[in-house]
Amino acid sequence: MAKKPVTVTLNGTERAGFAEPGQNLLDFLRRGLGDLSPKYGCGQGTCGACTVTIDGQTHLSCLVLAEAADGRAVGTAAGLADGARLDPLQDAFMENFAAQCGYCTPGMLVSARALLDRNPRPTRAEIVEAISGNLCRCTGYEPIIAAIEAVAEERTRP
Amino acid sequence: MAVHRGRGFAAINYPIGMNLGGDPSQALVHSNPDGKFTVALSAIDLGQGMKSVTRQIAAETLGIPIDDVYVDTADSDTGPHDMGSFASRGTHRMGNAVIMAAQEARSVMLEAAAEELEVDPGDLVTDGRGNIHVRGAPSRSITTMAAAQAAQFKQGRTIAGRGIFLIPLSEVDPETGEMTPVSTFAHAAMLVEVEVDDETGEVAVTDMQSAYEVGRALNPGLVEQQLRGGAWMGMSHAAWETTEPYYPARDHGPVDFNHYLMPGPGDLAPHHISVLERPAEDGPYGGKGPGEMCANPVLPAVVNAVYDAVGVRIDELPVTPEKVLRGIRANGGARPRQAL
Ligand code: FES
Ligand code: FES
Repeated sequence: MAKKPVTVTLNGTERAGFAEPGQNLLDFLRRGLGDLSPKYGCGQGTCGACTVTIDGQTHLSCLVLAEAADGRAVGTAAGLADGARLDPLQDAFMENFAAQCGYCTPGMLVSARALLDRNPRPTRAEIVEAISGNLCRCTGYEPIIAAIEAVAEERTRP
Repeated sequence: MAVHRGRGFAAINYPIGMNLGGDPSQALVHSNPDGKFTVALSAIDLGQGMKSVTRQIAAETLGIPIDDVYVDTADSDTGPHDMGSFASRGTHRMGNAVIMAAQEARSVMLEAAAEELEVDPGDLVTDGRGNIHVRGAPSRSITTMAAAQAAQFKQGRTIAGRGIFLIPLSEVDPETGEMTPVSTFAHAAMLVEVEVDDETGEVAVTDMQSAYEVGRALNPGLVEQQLRGGAWMGMSHAAWETTEPYYPARDHGPVDFNHYLMPGPGDLAPHHISVLERPAEDGPYGGKGPGEMCANPVLPAVVNAVYDAVGVRIDELPVTPEKVLRGIRANGGARPRQAL
């Protein structure tokens, strides 16, 4: 089977590569396009470490065929910072000690950013729901929830 | 059918590092021509914050800004030898090795500065902001960068230091078996509250209150977060996680994250943490380190709380609904120890 050309708009920039037959989007992003921010945790849709957005919706990139993303906009944690200026969520993760080993962090950030983009003032229950597909072994989740809450509260201030 | 509440308590002593002596860690510290320092270690930071803490320790000992210290770690090809990151030993063992190495490097740095200032090295102090000056005469000063450059390009001096932490092997008295197994203990106490459903057997941890004595908390934010995350893991070990639910049989053992149960972000209990600071005599700036003990007291406390709630004494972890229900049935019903 032949490789297929795949073009995506990755974090706002058009990027093209060749996808192997059956290659998933996670592998295509990491090995094909060199974006190492989405992580491989399980390869079967149960850990959330590979979470990305496709046209603004969160997806587990290990379960998406690379060619299915052809022509679409893909967002990863690497696209959150604007140069040296971090996304407020990234700052809040640092201030709240919300990353220990950091392996879950890119997926958490993508899930949390997608939540805040569609719902700028989520309740705690909505935050919990939004990250319930992202496993974290280290933090006990509480500081991650606190970091997301901190950004949500910041937004509600005048 | 009812939900019963129970309360359980546990207290632990936890030894830092490996027992019976030995247990070495090495550190190497050297300056670069820009006056900044590199700390080379082989111990691994796997999220517990060892790089931050050894960086703080090196900066404090050298007397320079923390920004001027870079910790290079986890490459066992190029770093000095270390036993590794386990046994809650990181802060204590590596921290002591870093102090020893940084002290030697500091004394060479002061010798280099003294030669430039034409004074005795014993009269020099550091201000922690990148300057070295004569005690009582701040105007007679030189930057650490200028001292490092003079050492490198003029004096032919290496600003570097070697450090190791090693505990003498503990002899065992053949008569009594007496020995000194560990140098330092940390301590903790934990109180948990649970709700036990006597119809489903499910146990929910609803509150945790803990007190930890970990020597001086060298980085209080990291200490608290390690305790918080560790208590979650303890709760998970107590009532959720296992690879062999019918040990020694492998039946029904989980094979992936779908089946390996852990509490998610919706299953958390509020956790109030008190950190008591009692600097350890042999610790780096008094530190011991929370390490593994952050998960340990939760397990016995949960088991005690289940006993308090329904009168079932579980002696094999984790506390699964099945074990709780079998216990309740064997007792002829739930037997709450007290009404909370
Ligand atoms: S790697 Fe995709 S969900 Fe785990
Ligand atoms: S920080 Fe280690 S898995 Fe979340």
